[in-house]
Amino acid sequence: MIPVPPAVQRIPWKLIALLSAITGFGLLVLYSAAGGNWSPWALQQGVRFAAFLTLALIIGRFPIRIFEDFAYLGYIGVLILLIAVELLGFVGGGSQRWLNLGFMNLQPSELMKVAIVLALARFYAQLPPGNTRTWTALWPALVAIGFPAALVMLQPDLGTALAICIGGVIVMFCAGLPFWWFGSTAAAGLAALPVLFSFLHDYQQKRVLIFLDPESDPLGAGYHISQSKIAIGSGGIGGKGFLNGSQSHLDYLPEGHTDFIFATMAEEWGLIGGLGLLLGFFLLLRWSTRVALKARTRFGQLTAAGLTMTIFFYIAINLMMVMGLAPVVGIPLPLFSYGGSSMLTIMTCVGIILAIENDSKKQSSRLS
Amino acid sequence: MPRKKSPPITEAWRGLTFTRRALVVGGAQVAVGAALAARMAYISVIDNDRYVLESESNRVNLTLIPPRRGWIVDRHGKALANNRVSLRIDVIPDRLHNKEMVLGQLRTLLRLDGDAMERINRDLKAASGFQPVAIAEDLSEGDYASILVRLPELPGVAPQRGFARNYPTGAAVGHLIGYVGAPNAEEYQKDKDPLYITPGYRIGKDGLEKYFQPMLKGTPGAKRVEVTARGKVVRDLSTTEDIQGKTVHLTIDADLQEYVARRMGRESGAAVVIDCANGDILSFVSMPSFDPNSFSDGISNSEYAWLRADDHQPLINKATRGLYPPGSTLKPMAAIAAVEHGVDPSERHTCVGGYRLGSRFFRCLGVHGSLDMPSAIMKSCNSYFYWLAHRLGYDAIAPTARLMGLGEEFQLAGSNQRFGTIPDSAWKMRKYDQQWSASDSLNAVIGQGYVSVNPLQLAVMASRIASGRRLYPRLVNRQFKNEALPFAPEALEVARHGMDLVVNGAGTAVRSRLPLDGITMAGKTGTAQVRGLNTGNGKAGTWKFRDHGLFIGFAPVVNPRYATAVVIEHGMGGARAAAPVAKDFMTFLFDRERGMEALETFEAGWGGTIKERMDRDYAAWKAGASSDPDPGVPQ
Repeated sequence: MIPVPPAVQRIPWKLIALLSAITGFGLLVLYSAAGGNWSPWALQQGVRFAAFLTLALIIGRFPIRIFEDFAYLGYIGVLILLIAVELLGFVGGGSQRWLNLGFMNLQPSELMKVAIVLALARFYAQLPPGNTRTWTALWPALVAIGFPAALVMLQPDLGTALAICIGGVIVMFCAGLPFWWFGSTAAAGLAALPVLFSFLHDYQQKRVLIFLDPESDPLGAGYHISQSKIAIGSGGIGGKGFLNGSQSHLDYLPEGHTDFIFATMAEEWGLIGGLGLLLGFFLLLRWSTRVALKARTRFGQLTAAGLTMTIFFYIAINLMMVMGLAPVVGIPLPLFSYGGSSMLTIMTCVGIILAIENDSKKQSSRLS
Repeated sequence: MPRKKSPPITEAWRGLTFTRRALVVGGAQVAVGAALAARMAYISVIDNDRYVLESESNRVNLTLIPPRRGWIVDRHGKALANNRVSLRIDVIPDRLHNKEMVLGQLRTLLRLDGDAMERINRDLKAASGFQPVAIAEDLSEGDYASILVRLPELPGVAPQRGFARNYPTGAAVGHLIGYVGAPNAEEYQKDKDPLYITPGYRIGKDGLEKYFQPMLKGTPGAKRVEVTARGKVVRDLSTTEDIQGKTVHLTIDADLQEYVARRMGRESGAAVVIDCANGDILSFVSMPSFDPNSFSDGISNSEYAWLRADDHQPLINKATRGLYPPGSTLKPMAAIAAVEHGVDPSERHTCVGGYRLGSRFFRCLGVHGSLDMPSAIMKSCNSYFYWLAHRLGYDAIAPTARLMGLGEEFQLAGSNQRFGTIPDSAWKMRKYDQQWSASDSLNAVIGQGYVSVNPLQLAVMASRIASGRRLYPRLVNRQFKNEALPFAPEALEVARHGMDLVVNGAGTAVRSRLPLDGITMAGKTGTAQVRGLNTGNGKAGTWKFRDHGLFIGFAPVVNPRYATAVVIEHGMGGARAAAPVAKDFMTFLFDRERGMEALETFEAGWGGTIKERMDRDYAAWKAGASSDPDPGVPQ
């Protein structure tokens, strides 16, 4: 038997295979959505994936210490970028979400999803255990979440703001804050829903209303949800076959290569394709949850749990949206939807979780 | 909240809490994932049928091809209504990307006026998606070709080779056939047929076209194309040809129909010819008429106003909707009733120029001397029939009149009948709460007073006297029993003999004897005073106040084949106005050439055929008429 060199052994082949399988499936769908062409989406997405996978693997080699040390700095840096975007938008006379870096458009709000988890994980890792149920455990976290979330809401980007909140709240939850804080906040939030609703922009309110009754406006704003459901429903169990989706190819499905790519896939691959993709995501999240449970440090535990939730939130909200269970909020499907920002975020998350895994492995091997 | 004694928080406790809560979060994630899988299975398995259907209706665009309408033909298969090719231009709103440019080009090329452009813009606003909007119909080959060659520069324009209804004999069949027109909003609401909003589609609006609509309409064809959400056609999927509507066979004789219509000339009136063998209506004419072709093309406001303004009422079917006092045409019927009630036909009554009833003297038109029943019919002697009516009472005569079809509404396809009155004592009591008087009987027996009938009923009466059977008029092959009338043969024979004498003896219509060898016509003239107007003597003066001229007849006298009734409104007398018309078309039935000769001579004097005269009249009216702002054209 040829001995496998340790450097090769250390590469997480299973994870790479899983990520490649999910993204590869996505590339096929993008190929079909472009009418059987590698351009303009599939090829670029593939190249991007290769680059970001490499990035994730490199991040995975970093010692976990670095993330903990730079967590606050990173958070503040991203916050400054968010404010910069807001100011640029103000100067430019309109809403703006991204900074042009030349090779790609960077959305600071995407980076904030990761930064908030890291910052809060560090905060709770450093918090003395005795303070877990005190005011000092609560207010810094609320400020840290509230400030960026408000900025993102101003853009306005409801989906990303929610993602930032949920990532932060899960870190707080896992840090052991009293259960009833979350319960009563959820109840209060539910009660305040009508008030919050009135703060939404007109088009956001409309989306929520149409979500509640999509048939009320089948040709207007309810069009997205209706057409998406038609695409998924008409696919049936086995789908219409590769390259045979009429909803996407004849342009009835809006955003068939980005936010609604799941519908494009489901039309051609049917329920089988959908369950296969869900299985892929399940394996990914199971891996990251296991990493969280096995993590050696408290920072590692909280970070992995928070990032798992961030990835899950993307998947869940996107799928609920395309199946008509949530309003149209414009959240892409991780690894599947065409687009750089979301893939960068997801691969950064994966990279950090990988680093946590490597850290715990190193520790255990040292022990053994 | 009551302060509970909490255990001290330690590193170990924190680790345990983390594990527990991470598992809670993970479990919640799995639950959401399972719910999503279930939701997807629900949409794609349980609701699959519905979404497959919706996806297909997205993908496939169906364009209806209006079916060709069934023909309406006469007894020999000659077309009374058929279809001609109509070249039309439509636009498809969804493909009209540069509306201003395209409409501007069409306006120039097809020379559309402001009214048309206004209508097109209105229709375009109301139309949605792929529903075509008509730009112009009935284009010349040249105009059509001018659009065809420019088609690549006119996105959204759809030239169509469609069909339009055509009535070869025009006004001659107006009241018989009715007309077609574009369905209106109410009709669309009622039937919800998508064909109704397809440009160029017509439905029957009146007469037989309306009555036989279900048979005539046919089955539309369909063109299926695959389209993108933006309306771009990707490919043609399949085309189903339309199925033409069924042909409706009428009992009408198209040549006779046209002949009778033309022979009516400038008069206003109606003429019906019935086959004595089976009740077939061979000709069913009301003149003047409208040209149904004008209606099928969408009649213009001014043409409709012209038709409405005409005091000869071309929009009213006088054969079934015109009620007239029948005058002396009822005398043969009264004779039958008298014989049935025991009057000896050879019994004589002396006419002294009238009949005295109490203190009143009812005048006859002449002093006829001693008459038996047939000669009383021949001379149309009022005194004789006053004497009969006084003796029998009208209650004895009215049942016979009803057996002859008077006062009856017939089951006749597509007709809207006013069936008039045959009065008797019970009727008068019901209607006026008055006793029937002897003078009422005297008025009724000469077809005046309360009596009113329509021309169709008169023709049916003639056919029943001629055949001795209870014939029912029919326009299609509908079966009636046509059993024998419950009259003694000699009673009918008296009436027929009297009618023979009217034309061929020394009667009122001897000038209308048929110019044929061996074929004679029997008949009875009638002159009816225009009721309630005691202006002039009815023989001259204002057209409106002149007497109506009526004639009933049958031919040949032996073994009658054809029965007829002719009514000429304000014709000043049956012998003068109505009988000559009957003479000519009866001649035509037996000798077409001789009949046509007579007609051509007349038409030269009247100023041409019906169409030539109508066109000229319309032009004159348009030039001089005060315009009617809202003539209320039926849409």
